[in-house]
Amino acid sequence: MNTSDSVKEYAMGNFPITPTASATQNACKLCAPLGASLVFKGIRGAVPLLHGSQGCSTYIRRYLISHYKEPVDIACSNFGEQTAVFGGAVNLKLALENICRQYDPALIGIATTCLSETIGDDVPMFIKQYLAGQPEGTVPPIVHASTPSYQGSHMEGFHRAVLATVRTLATQAGGIKQNQVNLFPGMLSPADLRHSKEMVVAFGLEPMVLPDYSQTLDGGLWESYHRIPDGGTPVATIAQAGTAAASIELGHTLALANETAALLLAERFGMRAARLGFPMGIRHTDALLQTLSEISGRPVPAIYREQRGRLLDTLVDGHKHVNNIRAAVYGEEDLVAGLVGYLSEIGIHPVVCGSGGQSHHLAEVLEALVPESWRKELTVLDGADFAAIEAAVEKAKPDLIIGHSKGYAMSRRLSIPLVRVGFPIHDRMGGPRLLHIGYEGAMALFDRIANALIEQRQDGSEVGYTYM
Amino acid sequence: MAMPADMKEESLTLDGKELTRVRKQLLAKYPSKVARKRDKQIVVNRVTPDGKVPEIQSNVRTVPGLISQRGCCYAGCKGVVLGPTRDIINITHGPVGCGFYSWLTRRNQTDPDSTPDGHNFMTYCFTTDMQDEQIIFGGEKKLRQAIQEAYDIFKPKAIAVFSTCPVGLIGDDVHSVCREMKEKLGINVFGFSCEGYKGVSQSAGHHIANNGIFTHVVGTDNTVQPGAFKINMLGEYNIGGDAFEIERLFEACGLTLISTFSGNSSIDKFANSHTADLNLIMCHRSINYVAEMMEKKFGLPWIKVNFIGAQATAKSLRKIAQYFGDEKLIARTEAVIAAELPEVEKAAAEIRPRTEGKRAMLFVGGSRAHHYQELFNELGMVTLSAGYEFAHRDDYEGRRVLPSIKVDADSRNIEELEVHPDETRYQPRIPKERAAELKSQGLQFADYEGMMPEMAQGSLIIDDISQHETEKMIAMFKPDIFCAGIKEKYVIQKHGIPMKQLHSYDYGGPYAGFKGAINFYQEIDRMVGSRVWSYLKAPWQKNPELAAKYACD
Repeated sequence: MNTSDSVKEYAMGNFPITPTASATQNACKLCAPLGASLVFKGIRGAVPLLHGSQGCSTYIRRYLISHYKEPVDIACSNFGEQTAVFGGAVNLKLALENICRQYDPALIGIATTCLSETIGDDVPMFIKQYLAGQPEGTVPPIVHASTPSYQGSHMEGFHRAVLATVRTLATQAGGIKQNQVNLFPGMLSPADLRHSKEMVVAFGLEPMVLPDYSQTLDGGLWESYHRIPDGGTPVATIAQAGTAAASIELGHTLALANETAALLLAERFGMRAARLGFPMGIRHTDALLQTLSEISGRPVPAIYREQRGRLLDTLVDGHKHVNNIRAAVYGEEDLVAGLVGYLSEIGIHPVVCGSGGQSHHLAEVLEALVPESWRKELTVLDGADFAAIEAAVEKAKPDLIIGHSKGYAMSRRLSIPLVRVGFPIHDRMGGPRLLHIGYEGAMALFDRIANALIEQRQDGSEVGYTYM
Repeated sequence: MAMPADMKEESLTLDGKELTRVRKQLLAKYPSKVARKRDKQIVVNRVTPDGKVPEIQSNVRTVPGLISQRGCCYAGCKGVVLGPTRDIINITHGPVGCGFYSWLTRRNQTDPDSTPDGHNFMTYCFTTDMQDEQIIFGGEKKLRQAIQEAYDIFKPKAIAVFSTCPVGLIGDDVHSVCREMKEKLGINVFGFSCEGYKGVSQSAGHHIANNGIFTHVVGTDNTVQPGAFKINMLGEYNIGGDAFEIERLFEACGLTLISTFSGNSSIDKFANSHTADLNLIMCHRSINYVAEMMEKKFGLPWIKVNFIGAQATAKSLRKIAQYFGDEKLIARTEAVIAAELPEVEKAAAEIRPRTEGKRAMLFVGGSRAHHYQELFNELGMVTLSAGYEFAHRDDYEGRRVLPSIKVDADSRNIEELEVHPDETRYQPRIPKERAAELKSQGLQFADYEGMMPEMAQGSLIIDDISQHETEKMIAMFKPDIFCAGIKEKYVIQKHGIPMKQLHSYDYGGPYAGFKGAINFYQEIDRMVGSRVWSYLKAPWQKNPELAAKYACD
């Protein structure tokens, strides 16, 4: 079974197209308000607020928390049956008031759920009415992202929240600061976010990263009380996004979207929008560093030249373990694209690429990333569920599966090792600390992939060799 | 525990803190209207000599903007009650999130080999994944296809459909689709109108689930199973393998378990459950409706049991034996208890010196916040404060308050089924005289005394505690351990306080029965004795002068 009516399977090779089913069996995507909540967690002092029934905030909290293992407070406007009939204006106002009193937030990020979207609540008007009733300067900025989960996946919710935040806050023009750069990293791990900031800083640039949940969702123990966890990009910094020298936006499929934060800033302030893929592997990390070099006018710092050297050295040393290995990759479209770009560099053939995402750019993007001679053996599924992905994997019989925890059932049934990346990771420690990007991320990923293959060979050997 | 009923709250302290001040601090940040509402949900426990306790407001809507532990109606229906049944295909009718988030996240265990067909669909997640088109034009067609596909692929014995928020709003007739598909496929297909906005918490979903199972499944198979002393276990969901431990004890005692609602359960067993002779209720909140309805329709009485805590387990096993009144059963039950208890007591005695006097707080569920106090008592620990997430007044104050509970609009919308004695199958299991005799011997039928009568004077009871109040409680009391769910876990640990999840058990367990008690003792010992908190301050923080000296050098 595949998902939704708009399922597409692109058989680049000779696999027959599986019949599409109408229901979803074991989804390979999450819902839009989850993505939006994640973005709001990346703004300093922000409290996400879901406008709808309380189950949504509870489910999304528990899901994010079990991956990040950090506090994730998400408020809710707690619809009841009456609210569902008469609309949620009163509830939203009450929720805003209560959040302000309890948390004194720097920003409230509202994401709408299926419920308030279906009844057609006019949230922008509710916000206007609420603000009109409050003395100037007493309420924090309020950002609203429309995120019904019957439109797209958590990634649409994520990008919509980034766009809404920039649209609402980034209004200050004038006085371009040549050392300031906006970075819209997409849905990366906290470890990735930290690494990406280091890269920008290494060029003498100051990054405005949206979202930056590297600390809020991967922080230390507290010695004193915090109402809202430390970290995140300050509202004032986002407000000055228009004064940056350039914006960098990461994600191969995002780069083909018509409405994004980087495009909006380009339009509003005439600044450069560098739209790159996730910096995974050699070429795409090179591309990011080169872009940073252009923006800053500085050469690539020695530390990255050294890292690049070590990565290439590692690849030479371990190439024998990975060359001509066939892999299935699934997850968010931009993650899949980033991984495939890297795998193609090290001789691993992607044979099945699956995603629950529905940007409809995945096949196009992958085609450009995979060497031509390999394309005939690659099946790409977008808008797909795990039933469809597993069927394709079963046919393709890859040596390796790469993706998040939800593919474990498939890996187990098919006896193919799973290398865990992305989100959610619920069955291993360290999900938020996984580094996927940069030369360092590539090296870490290379070790994990090679070791998974070595381990399988070693365990499968009757002798039990200790040299592999 | 006894104290004068007129004792003033002002004079009460908890853990050295004046309770009036504590309450004031909890409410300080709220607007006055919210504070007034929360005030009725925060109660200082006072138990009169005849077991009466103060009234606590509960099962009322959470105030918007107060971050609550609660889930929704769908979560209670699909996630809690129906989720642990392995051989029903559960289809979530709605957009993708609800189905995904309830995809075996409660970590219920099951043993597929205990039914001949070996069906287990619990590791699957089926959803209609509604898109714009269905929201606009209706989702019945897609639901019909989804049911057909699930049937074609898995050939299940039953399919259940769960409605999420948008379904009720767009007016899909889920029940007529289910009837139609039931006729077409020749298997049991039934739907639940458990839209997330119904009721005030997952409690509404429990009730809707109870109604649905009772209407569509219970009593559909009259086969009389072999075995003596037939019982059903209600409100036990096999988190961390609890049901396996309880089943082990039943078997050892010679009891025949007909059905469990719904840990390690099969729909075949539900269908047959009315042939048992006694219903045992573990989680009163989530399942008492089925017990009530089975009693009315089929004549099975119910008693409240608790298998959390070694003493509570022994007491519950004795109650069952007492009900059946069979000498051999009583002797065998005593033999089981006598064989099991020494090991438990040995473990407790070894650990207790390290846990004695430590202070716990429990905010969880509709019964766990009560039941787990047993285990803490056995470790010599004190429960300072406790509360439920979604319980009603009867779970706090006991069923004696049922007649005085005011039904508000939110609860009135949840259907109360009208149930009458079955014409052919109603059969009171014990004569009235015998029931009266057992009652006089202390066996209470159809009763639950609630959490508060068993808690100490002056302990603080908080219903539907908010995240804000949780943080205040931690800051004020710094308890030695805090029990709640995963949503609360990490914020509590950030403050340096060990936090035990009592929903998913932190992926440990079982904690029920005798073996479970030992597991729990060891777990609490590990948590309250952990050294990690002592490293919180680095040496240069502990000794700033030294750090300054290094800096100067």
